[in-house]
Amino acid sequence: MKLTEKQIEVLEILENNSARIPVEDIAKMAQLTVAETETLLDKLVEMKVLVRFNSVIDWSKVDGHEGVTAMIDVKVAPKRGVGFDEVAQRIYRFKEVRSVYLMSGAYDLSVIIEGHSMNEVARFVSEKLSTLDSVLSTTTHFILKKYKHDGTIFEQNEDDKRIVVSP
Amino acid sequence: MKETKSYLSKTVEELKPSGIRRFFDLAAGMEGVISLGVGEPDFITPWSVREAAILSLEQGYTSYTANAGLMDLREEIAIYMQKSFGVSYSPQSEIVVTVGASQALDISLRAILDSGDEVIVVEPSFVSYVPLVTLAGGVPVQVQTLKENGFKILPEQLENAITSRTKAIILCSPNNPTGTMLSGDELNAIAKIAERYDLLVLSDEIYAELAYDDEYTSFAAIREMKKRTILISGFSKGFAMTGWRLGFICAPEEISQAMLKIHQYAMMCAPTMAQFAALEALKTGRSDVEDMKKSYKRRRNYFVQSLNELGLTCHMPGGAFYAFPSIESTGLSSEEFAEKLLLEEKVAVVPGNIFGESGEGHVRCSYATSMELLQEAIKRISHFVKQNPKA
Ligand SMILES: Cc1ncc(COP(=O)(O)O)c(C=O)c1O
Repeated sequence: MKLTEKQIEVLEILENNSARIPVEDIAKMAQLTVAETETLLDKLVEMKVLVRFNSVIDWSKVDGHEGVTAMIDVKVAPKRGVGFDEVAQRIYRFKEVRSVYLMSGAYDLSVIIEGHSMNEVARFVSEKLSTLDSVLSTTTHFILKKYKHDGTIFEQNEDDKRIVVSP
Repeated sequence: MKETKSYLSKTVEELKPSGIRRFFDLAAGMEGVISLGVGEPDFITPWSVREAAILSLEQGYTSYTANAGLMDLREEIAIYMQKSFGVSYSPQSEIVVTVGASQALDISLRAILDSGDEVIVVEPSFVSYVPLVTLAGGVPVQVQTLKENGFKILPEQLENAITSRTKAIILCSPNNPTGTMLSGDELNAIAKIAERYDLLVLSDEIYAELAYDDEYTSFAAIREMKKRTILISGFSKGFAMTGWRLGFICAPEEISQAMLKIHQYAMMCAPTMAQFAALEALKTGRSDVEDMKKSYKRRRNYFVQSLNELGLTCHMPGGAFYAFPSIESTGLSSEEFAEKLLLEEKVAVVPGNIFGESGEGHVRCSYATSMELLQEAIKRISHFVKQNPKA
């Protein structure tokens, strides 16, 4: 679908700023009124272009919430008439599944799972995922450390190195 | 031995120390200061550019380059100036790579001035113009622009300042400290005067990449002006490369070659590693510049509207990353305002009088700071303005 320049402007502002940015400030940045901005945001939500206002959280820093993430390469047999969509849906409905992508290359679906422990993820893969009819094989990769996630660097020690006043 | 001070050159002794210095000292010792006093981007140089410089070091490019700079770089600058600004210069004879726009200004002035030659400086202005003219033996003639005219120079003001000794005009658009950008028509009017009085124009185009609302016009792109223009630019602002110290000059051959003479004796060449970085910046950094520009523009919109809502009236600056609000509503002088704001609210801005008398009644705020800090700065300034109503 074709968006207006202002709609794209507001989306980029949301993408590059904290989820807590007030509508008043978005309005100023995009040179709109507050009412215009609110209408525009509602419209973007309605069009399902703006899907969610998210926060990026580094759970690995929180005791008892460290969890594990695994990326699983899944080979599947596509079905006549529905292709990969049906099996993808069977997979993404599990609440442990964070993301599912259809891939080009050596395997078909890339599935990202989050669980409390390696055991939990392993159980999910062996009991739920690999037992699905169309699933031919799985390869599981556990994530050891997150450096950068969705454009955000987690251990950012690049503080402002500029001198306080300069010409 | 005589008193040490008596050995100093009279010219240097009479040079006023930069007012920026005092503010720097005041702010540097304080904790928790939000600085809007910085004249440089808040972005770190794009990684691809830093990486190219590292590679050049690994490959052992640690020797001098040609005096005028790496040929590859000059060729890339020529393409860039042609594509972005529609001006064409010969990489062989009309482009000199310098140590920042700062050195470009210095050697330009030294190449053209004889003792007593006058140079018109449009005020409020970047702090270096007046001292550099003086150091080159020239006489700076300041012309004050007015808030009412959006800090744009009027042709008649310019004309009134011209004497038989006038050799050149220094223009800076988009401007530091006002952010004002001159339109093609306004530059045309200045061009007519340069033509009529047969003057050179030093066009400081260091902020050319950061023009937010209107298409940027280079002075050299105006009809018949290329032969009178010394175009000064660099990588510091648009490409977020202040610390690399890399700029360049584009000028007619005779002038370029005269500058190259000074450059070759006084500097040899610009830093090699920085030249490799700049080469990469021109080859692959355009999209980074676009992203940074978008980000500045949004912050400008937010910040300038917020200042106006606080009664610190401010024209919408067309470029650079400075807002130059009037602080008249507080009844304070620009130095009082800046000093009190720093001590009471820990927000650093630069008093307008540092940029010349016509800057009085204003402060320069750089919005090249994260959105979160700008939001906090607006809160603090709002509190300050309420605490300091005009007596
Ligand atoms: C108007 C203007 N010209 C020139 C310069 C110097 O730039 P460079 O870092 O390239 O020496 C600055 C930097 O603040 C500036 O604002």
